[in-house]
Amino acid sequence: MTVRTYGEINARIRSGKVVVLTAEEAIELVAAKGLAKAAAEVDVVTTGTFGPMCSSGAYFNFGHSRPRMRMQKVWLNGVPAYAGLAAVDAYLGATELPEDDPCNSKYPGEFKYGGGHVIEELVAGRRVHLEAESYGTDCYPRKKLDTWFSLAEINEAVLFNPRNAYQNYNCAVNQSDRTIYTYMGVLKPRLGNAHYSTSGQLSPLLKDPSFRTIGMGTRIFLGGGTGYVAWQGTQHFPGVHRDAEGREFGPAGGTLAVIGDLKQMSPRWLMGSSFTGYGATLTVGLGIPIPVLDEEILRAATATDADLFAQIVDYSDAYPDRRPENLGLVSYAELKTGKITLLERQVPTAPVSSYPRAREIAAILKEWIQKGDFTLTEPAFTLGAAVQAAPARSLEDRSKE
Amino acid sequence: MTRRKIVLRFDAANVDEPIIYRLARDYDLVFNILKANVSSQMEGSLVMELTGERYQEGLAYLKEQGVDVQPLNQEVVQNQERCTSCGACTAICPTGALHLARPAMQVEFDRDECVLCQLCVAACPVKAMEVHF
Repeated sequence: MTVRTYGEINARIRSGKVVVLTAEEAIELVAAKGLAKAAAEVDVVTTGTFGPMCSSGAYFNFGHSRPRMRMQKVWLNGVPAYAGLAAVDAYLGATELPEDDPCNSKYPGEFKYGGGHVIEELVAGRRVHLEAESYGTDCYPRKKLDTWFSLAEINEAVLFNPRNAYQNYNCAVNQSDRTIYTYMGVLKPRLGNAHYSTSGQLSPLLKDPSFRTIGMGTRIFLGGGTGYVAWQGTQHFPGVHRDAEGREFGPAGGTLAVIGDLKQMSPRWLMGSSFTGYGATLTVGLGIPIPVLDEEILRAATATDADLFAQIVDYSDAYPDRRPENLGLVSYAELKTGKITLLERQVPTAPVSSYPRAREIAAILKEWIQKGDFTLTEPAFTLGAAVQAAPARSLEDRSKE
Repeated sequence: MTRRKIVLRFDAANVDEPIIYRLARDYDLVFNILKANVSSQMEGSLVMELTGERYQEGLAYLKEQGVDVQPLNQEVVQNQERCTSCGACTAICPTGALHLARPAMQVEFDRDECVLCQLCVAACPVKAMEVHF
């Protein structure tokens, strides 16, 4: 049963009559007026998330030096970028580290500076040190380059993140006797704390769990600018969590590949980050508008923290050993109280993804749409049923072909 | 006579030793505990003023026991510009000085509760917790 189409929503955006609510506001409206009335009123629900997203990076075209150079090896502020592309293109990954970083040789390592920090400096408008080496060719004779550039001074800078916006994530705990250092933060021994990483009831892919509206070409808030969903993310497994009795506990692990013009983005929404003992990364701000095409879409978009669940995973053993077991499921409403009961112990909880910043993103996206600056795109294809058939594959150790 | 304010950090291995008792008995030092966060078999921290002739010997004993000793002339500061209120420090902070204000989920820092253990400095992904001297 259609309530409205993309075309009708965009006509209302252009005429200034569109009704946009953040996911938090939409939850309140549905609670007050009921689903049917709310669906008749609301055109768009906005979402947001601001958390560390390791599978992020940017590609650049630096422009040609004189004499020309086919850059074979490239460093940006000492961080290697991948230059196995055309002459002056390179891709910088968020988790890349300087070659002389001590890493975990003095455990736990600090990982003070990496690709994500370079990206933050660039969007802050600062010049970055570009070093390049090559072997020299007849058409590209130059072998060495050492210069500085800012984003405004190069041809293209494009944020292109192969895996962002995890639909849901583990709640990480540590059952061992020593502190462990993970991409979920510092986990204290003997269930000393439990860390989770999502904006829950504001999180984009939790609000369109079956990908009815999100797909290739969806226009989004990305790093403070506008971006697009480019493809399904790597490890896109949009299944459903079930407990031992087979009861369903909501969405599991869909992901998105996203792309956008880095020159539009801001250091408030792209922050270089370091996880002690683990590595460097980029914290990314991302928000997606959900068109209320029918009541079911609004029902899903107004799921609350009490309806959404994380599975609790031991990062000292089961996770590193790639065993699928978990210690149960817990709702985000429980996690947000600051403590949960696990194995008859009270365990303090903490997020590693910023809820206040997620709320701010949903509000900014709402404002962009209300002002008429941001219309909604109908995806070329969505990322639901058609792509979820593929099972999660693992990599096995083999000694020969 | 030496009189100093110091911060002691214990790990799970030495927290159950009667260290403060030995400081007083064996080294004749006067201690005044200002803040303490010590539980059995957990890492802990303690801020105290230590006074006595044999202060340096007492300090050497603490180091021998694997206790980390820092002078209390430092201050931990939350860089508000940098802090994103992610919350990654809040279950690490042993005293609750760093905590989430609910329901806004904003990270707040109560400096009076800080025992300068600096665990937050390592736990903060965006390096918003700074040690000022």
